[in-house]
Amino acid sequence: MGLKRTFHLLGSPPTVYRLAGLLGPWVGIGAVILIAAGTYGGLVLAPPDYLQGDGFRIIYVHVPSAYIGLMAYVLMAVAAAVGFIWHMKIAHAVAVSAAPVGASFTFLALVTGAVWGKPMWGTYWQWADARLVSELVLLFLYLGVMLLRASFDDRDKGDRVSAVLAVVGVVNVPIIHYSVEWWSTLHQGPTIAQLDTPSITMDMLVPLLTMIAGFTLCFAWLILKRVQAEILDRESRARWVEQLVTGASA
Amino acid sequence: MTPRRQRMVLIGLVVAGVAVSAALALQAFRENVLFFFSPTEIAAGNAPVERGFRLGGMVADGSVARTEGSLTIDFVVTDYAHSIPVSYTGVLPDLFGEGQGVVARGQLNEDGSFTAEEILAKHDENYMPPEVAEALERGRAAGTQ
Repeated sequence: MGLKRTFHLLGSPPTVYRLAGLLGPWVGIGAVILIAAGTYGGLVLAPPDYLQGDGFRIIYVHVPSAYIGLMAYVLMAVAAAVGFIWHMKIAHAVAVSAAPVGASFTFLALVTGAVWGKPMWGTYWQWADARLVSELVLLFLYLGVMLLRASFDDRDKGDRVSAVLAVVGVVNVPIIHYSVEWWSTLHQGPTIAQLDTPSITMDMLVPLLTMIAGFTLCFAWLILKRVQAEILDRESRARWVEQLVTGASA
Repeated sequence: MTPRRQRMVLIGLVVAGVAVSAALALQAFRENVLFFFSPTEIAAGNAPVERGFRLGGMVADGSVARTEGSLTIDFVVTDYAHSIPVSYTGVLPDLFGEGQGVVARGQLNEDGSFTAEEILAKHDENYMPPEVAEALERGRAAGTQ
């Protein structure tokens, strides 16, 4: 019964709005602290790489961005599936919120990768590389879901149709992750996926894990804020929103 | 079947269908998804030698020879099972060096050598400070003596 009750509570817009408002500041503060610590660790404390010198430090933005880009997609797809199957409005609101944030981090991963690739590989971009192209497809999937949703005047219809694309696109997630193992690619293999024997020394790894945690909290904070805004927009005619707005302005 | 169950089955079938088609398509284009071919794959006749392709491997230690007064460079690409001599004229990326990964785009010649039009450095997944790299190098030297 407890699970079902939780599910019903999470389906209630005012409850979710208040919960997000309570969690938001703490998550935001955590994100600022971790990203500040990770930046100091990555730029100052970590030693230069034996081969790449200081150029390797872009890893502290590139890897967390790519990770969030993938995680945001999984969140969007799961939320879209829940919204599609159970007609749950909050789930659609989460999917709507995740898309532009995930697209931004994916874009950041592509740009930082290209900037690093030019001096290290000798090229910004290679169309034949499976990792690079599948990551670009991820960006296009995000943009496709956003455009598809925006092309419907009826919000419910836009939610449902774009949810199908969001869910189908999840097929690309394992392709991105395993591309460097399934095929020969210019992009290197995973450095920290095998946590028992990471191919990176501790003094370089700790700031990276700190940045990944910081980016995750930053992502969570952005989602909480956007879900709140999305709920207000969707429930703008509801009595509780009216009370909230007039109560706040009084 | 309730409408909710129907939607569940529908979305499950669509995802399964797309996953299967993607797997089949990637399998069919397997050769084109590969960024480069190793010297062993080329020796086995798996590379598309009639058109240009990319050769990937390690630059063999002590194989780099530069031609005085030009940008021409000769070296050997190896995967420690087979080796292919490569010749290239042009600018090299920073990470190019002996014992490092490399991807060369170009054509295989009649005599089994490879003429490259473009050289990219392939970085591996290892990150370490210079002191650690030196220690590893010393350890390897001690081990081979």
